[in-house]
Amino acid sequence: MAKLLDVKDYKVYYQTLKGQIKAVDGVSFFVNSDEVFGVAGESGCGKSTLGNSLIYLKAPMRYAGGNAVLDGNDISKFTDDQMRRIRFEKISIIPQFAMDAMSPTKKIKNIVVDLVREHNKRMSEKEIIDLAVERFKMIGLSKNVVDMYSIELSGGMKQRVVMVISTLLNPRLLIADEITSALDVSSQKFSVEMLDEFKSKRFVSSVIFITHDISVLYQIADRIMIMYAGHVVEIGNTEDIVLKPLHPYTKLLISSLPKMGIQFSQKRLKGIPGYPPNLLNPPTGCRFYDRCPLRVEPKKCQNEIPPLVEYMPDRYIACWAYIKGNDKNE
Amino acid sequence: MNELIQIQNLTKIFKSGLVGGYFTTAVDDISFDIHKAEIISLVGESGSGKTTVGRLILRLLKPSLGRIIYEGIDISTLRGKKLKEYYKHVQGVFQDPFASFNPIFKVDRVFNLLFDGYLKDKANKKNELIVESLEKVGLNSLDILGKYPHQMSGGQLQRILIARTLLLDTKLLIADELISMLDASTRVDVLNILGDLRDKEKMSVLFITHDLSLGYYISDTTMIMYRGNIVEFGKTKLVFDNPLHPYTRMLLSSVPEIGRKWKKSELEMKRGELPPGGCPYFDRCPLAMDVCRKKPSLKEIDQNHKVACYAAEGVKSNDPISFGKSHDS
Repeated sequence: MAKLLDVKDYKVYYQTLKGQIKAVDGVSFFVNSDEVFGVAGESGCGKSTLGNSLIYLKAPMRYAGGNAVLDGNDISKFTDDQMRRIRFEKISIIPQFAMDAMSPTKKIKNIVVDLVREHNKRMSEKEIIDLAVERFKMIGLSKNVVDMYSIELSGGMKQRVVMVISTLLNPRLLIADEITSALDVSSQKFSVEMLDEFKSKRFVSSVIFITHDISVLYQIADRIMIMYAGHVVEIGNTEDIVLKPLHPYTKLLISSLPKMGIQFSQKRLKGIPGYPPNLLNPPTGCRFYDRCPLRVEPKKCQNEIPPLVEYMPDRYIACWAYIKGNDKNE
Repeated sequence: MNELIQIQNLTKIFKSGLVGGYFTTAVDDISFDIHKAEIISLVGESGSGKTTVGRLILRLLKPSLGRIIYEGIDISTLRGKKLKEYYKHVQGVFQDPFASFNPIFKVDRVFNLLFDGYLKDKANKKNELIVESLEKVGLNSLDILGKYPHQMSGGQLQRILIARTLLLDTKLLIADELISMLDASTRVDVLNILGDLRDKEKMSVLFITHDLSLGYYISDTTMIMYRGNIVEFGKTKLVFDNPLHPYTRMLLSSVPEIGRKWKKSELEMKRGELPPGGCPYFDRCPLAMDVCRKKPSLKEIDQNHKVACYAAEGVKSNDPISFGKSHDS
């Protein structure tokens, strides 16, 4: 399968008065064309920073190394102007809190037209609006929506409108950042199905689906990447990651999720003791060291960052327990 | 009996708009009891009125109709000392822990304020009591006291607030989306604390949530709300294993679960006319019948399992109502 996005040792730091916050610190992964690539992790693990930086790297975010090759071009080295030209057409985002993303003083059609015109001068105003109406209809919104203001729409409708706007120019890669997190279960399901529909109609080719909710990823993602404190800990096929996790963090994270059929009175689930490290001065070794129950080689774990290796075909893990020679786990 | 608090025909109508305005019925004539040492989860989507119920019990809002009876007394009549007594027994913890603390004061302040007001008589044992209550929620006082809210994680702050209610000898905790802002790895620990408090301190909890799997895990009783109405109510296991109301069934089928993929459904949200005075789920219901134009009341179908739905009661009609698909253009 062809790689649409290939990210290598990519680093994005936040510049603060106290120093640099290493929010994304050397992550490597790739996204195949025509797949949904899930990114999961706790708050502060760098998943949103990663998504946002690929779209628009604005201060205090700072590029600190590595490459991100999209369709043959290293977009991490792009200037603002170069980036502006591919944004929306090649790579697009549904931002977190999409419901608040639209200006309340403009009609939906004006928002759509302004945005598309900025990136694509070939389409006429009418063509743009017709396209938007067609997509709105597809997801059960009335054509009257284009003449409304965003404040006239409910939260769920706003979310859908933003999803349509973000994908209007058929971007190759769509970054969906926590699009289900503020929604009720029935709307969550709706958003995911809508994304699926857009993908099958080829409005988007690949999706990076960022969320903290692994059970939603299980529904939609082809592959999942788990992040912890700015590092990648594990990448693999959805079924493998969710049902047969290998990295100690992924294992604990998944076992801490309440599932239907488990009640407190019968089985007490456990969280992960401790807290993620401060990324201003991250530990020198594995970032999960403090909370890890495994620590196969305490010295090494504490002092050396475990590299991300392909442990099995299509299964990448960054943990000293899974590096050849230390193979006593499993 | 061991009822702690009784909610009787509670209704809350909000008026919006400056002139004239329109009315929204957030809570529509609901009745239920909370028993001692019971965790009852109140599940519903946004706009279902679940938060309003919590706020009414906390007396942050005045009911438009109906009563809330605590220890035999209507809480709207409580004044002065009696009201203070009520707040010792009924406390709330809310969704956003960072908004619950004043960022310019140390976290100790939430405890100190209690000893200035509610617990003057215990002021001499203040430190011991604080340390003890923090231990009950699994926190070490050395890590907590003397720090500012921004130095703590959300999970720690929520636990501090729960510890605070322990000092007050709280009998009913209104936990409104208590853990929805917490990370997966810490969230279950806070839930476990609620379970422990029920078992050890005999505390009751009204656990307001939109997340069904969390409600299933922790609660004894589950109450499903839709548009201000209770549509289903019963022992948690009964409601989840044998959902009777079509809305509950739809909710349960939409829960993202590990090991079970969603069934695909139509990419269209069914919306039709809602008849005034009819079943609140009428316009979205696949089983809607003509009788549903009159609102069904909550009836006990099995033991400890109530539902407000004619179809679940076994009422049949040869006049099913269907909505056209092209209502949107």
